[in-house]
Amino acid sequence: MKVQVNREQCQGHNRCYAIAPELFDIDDYGTAFVIGDGTVPPELQDKARLAVDNCPEFAIEIDE
Amino acid sequence: MDEHAPVEDWATDYDIFDPEYIEDPTPVWRDLRQRCPIASTDRWQGSYLPTRYHDIQALAKMVPELSSRDPLVIAAPPWTDQDPEFPNYGTNAPPISSDPPEHTWIRRLLLPHFSPKVIEDYRPYTEDLCHRLIDRFIDTGRADGAVDYAQQIPPRLIAHLLGIDESRVDEFVEWVRGVLEIGLSQPEIRNKYRVIIRDFFKEQVADRRENPADDLITALVQAEHDGEPLSNATVVGICNLMLVAGIDTTWSSIGSALWHFASHPEDRRRLAADPDLFPTAIEEMLRAYAPVTMGREVLNEVTYNGVTMEQGAKVLMNFPGANRDPEVFDRPDEVIIDRARNRHIAFGSGIHRCLGSNLARLEMEVSLKTWFDRIPEFELDEGPVAWAGGQVRGPRILPIRFDAQRPR
Repeated sequence: MKVQVNREQCQGHNRCYAIAPELFDIDDYGTAFVIGDGTVPPELQDKARLAVDNCPEFAIEIDE
Repeated sequence: MDEHAPVEDWATDYDIFDPEYIEDPTPVWRDLRQRCPIASTDRWQGSYLPTRYHDIQALAKMVPELSSRDPLVIAAPPWTDQDPEFPNYGTNAPPISSDPPEHTWIRRLLLPHFSPKVIEDYRPYTEDLCHRLIDRFIDTGRADGAVDYAQQIPPRLIAHLLGIDESRVDEFVEWVRGVLEIGLSQPEIRNKYRVIIRDFFKEQVADRRENPADDLITALVQAEHDGEPLSNATVVGICNLMLVAGIDTTWSSIGSALWHFASHPEDRRRLAADPDLFPTAIEEMLRAYAPVTMGREVLNEVTYNGVTMEQGAKVLMNFPGANRDPEVFDRPDEVIIDRARNRHIAFGSGIHRCLGSNLARLEMEVSLKTWFDRIPEFELDEGPVAWAGGQVRGPRILPIRFDAQRPR
C-alpha cells in the first residue's frame, strides 16, 4: 500500500498529521506531504485509511 | 419587511435568528435536505442556505464567483466613521475578508504562525490558565460553564498571541460580541464596536512600530510584501480578524462540549474513564456542534445546481448543517464520541479553511482534559441554558453543578 497527498487540494487541516504522524508531515504553511515514498507498512494501513477518511479536502489517496 | 415575523416556510423564508432554530437547527436541516436542499430567504437583505455536505463543499470552492469581501452572514452596515487612513476598512479583516490575489499572500504570511508545531508552544500557558479558572469556582460546587470557563479561555490566548493586555479580556469579549452577536443585526451597535476595535489596534500598531516586542503584532509590522512593509490598514485589519474570529468561535465550541457532557451522563462517564477517547471525542464535538456559519456574497448572478442566486445576496456556508448530512455521516444526529471516520468541515473547506484551527483544537483539548481531570463528575444545574446563534452558535449561559472540592 502507498499513500499520496494532492498538495493542490490540501488546505492544511492537518488531520492526516494528527492521525498518522508516522506517514505524514506538514510544512511551515500547513500543507501535508508523505514521509519517504509513501509506502505504508502493514501495521499502519488502518491509520492510512483513517487519514483518507478524515481529510475534509479529499486530498489523500491510497494505492493498494 | 418584519425580519422577526414567524417563518411560514423554511424553504423560501428561513430566519437564522429564529429562537427555535438557534436552540436546535437540526430539524430544519433534515426537512430542507429532503425537499429543498438550497433554501432562500428575503430576510436580512437576502440569502441562500445550502444544507447538503457536497453542495456546501462545492459552494465553498466557488471562488471568485462567491466573494469573501464581506464574510458575515448579514452585510456590514455602511461605514459611518470615515478615516482617510482606512478607506476600505469597513469589512477589512484579511485574509477572511479577501479574495485572491490579496487573500493568497496575506494567508501565506500568517500560516507559519499557526502551524501545529508553533501552536504546541501555547500548551503550558493554556493548561495553567484552565487550572487557574477552575480554582476560582471549584470550592463552590457550581459554575457557569460558558461565562466562568469557556468564555475566559480564547480571549486570553488571543491576547497572549497578539501581545495585548490580558487584563482587558472582558472588554475584548464585549467588543467581539458587539460585532458578531448583539450587533450582527443591529447596525449602530456593530459600527460602534468596529470603531472601538479599529482605534484600539491603530494605537497598538503605532506602539509596536516604536517599541518592537515578541508578539504577532510586531511580526506583522516588520513583515514585507513585494519588498514593501504592510500598510497600517492591513495590519489593523489582520489584528481585527484575530480578535473577532478567535474569541466567539472557540468559546462556543468549548461551551457546547461542556453542555453535551453535562447533559449526556453516559458519554461523560465513558470519556472520564477512557481519556484515550479525547481525540475522537473532540472531533465529534466539532462535527455535531460546529459553531461557525460564514457568508459569501454573490458578485454576479450565478446558477449552481439549478438554483439561480441573485447578485448581492449572501450564500451561507452552512458548515454545521453539512456535518449532519446522512449522505456522508452514519447516524448523523447521534453524537458518537469514538466516531473514527469523521470528515467534518467545522473549520470550513477550501482556501478559507480556518487559519486558527490548530489553536482552536489545542484550546478544546486542554480545556476539556483539564476540566475532566479536576471535575470528572458534573451535570446541568437548575436554570435555563441560553444559546446564541446566527453567525456563531454556542451556549452563552450554562449552569453546571458538581461536588465542591478544595482548590489546588
